[in-house]
Amino acid sequence: MTTVLEQVAVGTELSPLALPPISRTTLALFAGASGDHNAIHIDTDAAHDAGLDDVFAHGMLSMAYLGRLLTSWVPQARLRHWSARFTAITPVHGEPTCTGTVTAVEAAGDGRLATVDLKVTLADGTVTLSGTATVVLP
Amino acid sequence: MPAPASAVVAAVVGRRQEPVTVDVERGRLRMFAQAIGETDPVYSDVAAARAAGHPDLPAPPTILFGLDLERADTLGFLAGHGIDLGAVLHGEQAFTYHVPVYAGDTLTFASEFTEAYSKAGGKLDFLVRRTRVTRGGELVAELDNTAVIRNGAAA
Repeated sequence: MTTVLEQVAVGTELSPLALPPISRTTLALFAGASGDHNAIHIDTDAAHDAGLDDVFAHGMLSMAYLGRLLTSWVPQARLRHWSARFTAITPVHGEPTCTGTVTAVEAAGDGRLATVDLKVTLADGTVTLSGTATVVLP
Repeated sequence: MPAPASAVVAAVVGRRQEPVTVDVERGRLRMFAQAIGETDPVYSDVAAARAAGHPDLPAPPTILFGLDLERADTLGFLAGHGIDLGAVLHGEQAFTYHVPVYAGDTLTFASEFTEAYSKAGGKLDFLVRRTRVTRGGELVAELDNTAVIRNGAAA
């Protein structure tokens, strides 16, 4: 792992994280576990009342998947700052894939700081999240 | 170019919510790991976490968002200031980490609305809420939540 991180350079791609289709069960479990109880993600009646055909996934579920992408690449303590914009909703049964590419590496103190561009993309090509992370490298 | 936000949204800038205090529980972290399909045992097995050098289960990167959301009643706060909740979307979320958080920690979340602006000729207002997360007075993380408010979206 350490050796791999020392070789990180502009253009390095993180191993993509492809998720299975998001089930209603996943949305229910995520609502309870995360603390995001907004009914529009778990209750079709509430979705209908809001003029929608169905519930849709929490944006923060996709950001949590991006978190998995990052922490499977570097120990979590190396993650200093990150942000994501929510650009499209994720429908039930959507299949997100998380990707990341290193776009900058600069010296910082004893180590290096890498900037990673992040994306979550559905099977039809829709980008649902777009973000950036700052990661400390050896 | 961003322009000034509508009066209702701009009036929230500078407002602070009552801080909330939350215990970070092992069971909660395990449930969260299961819900997001996290299989790295560091996030669910105390022995694996300790073997990796952690004092207990680490809090994964995004869980601070929900721990705050669950207690702080931010939507109620915004509704109390005249903002139509049906028009509110989560536009952007940022996290800055200073110190790792572990199961067993007691955290305090203190939030303030720090900035508001509009785009798209006033059709969209943006409202930034900054949350400082502290443990025994030590700053451990900051969260920036940008809400998008669609003016005239709801009939």
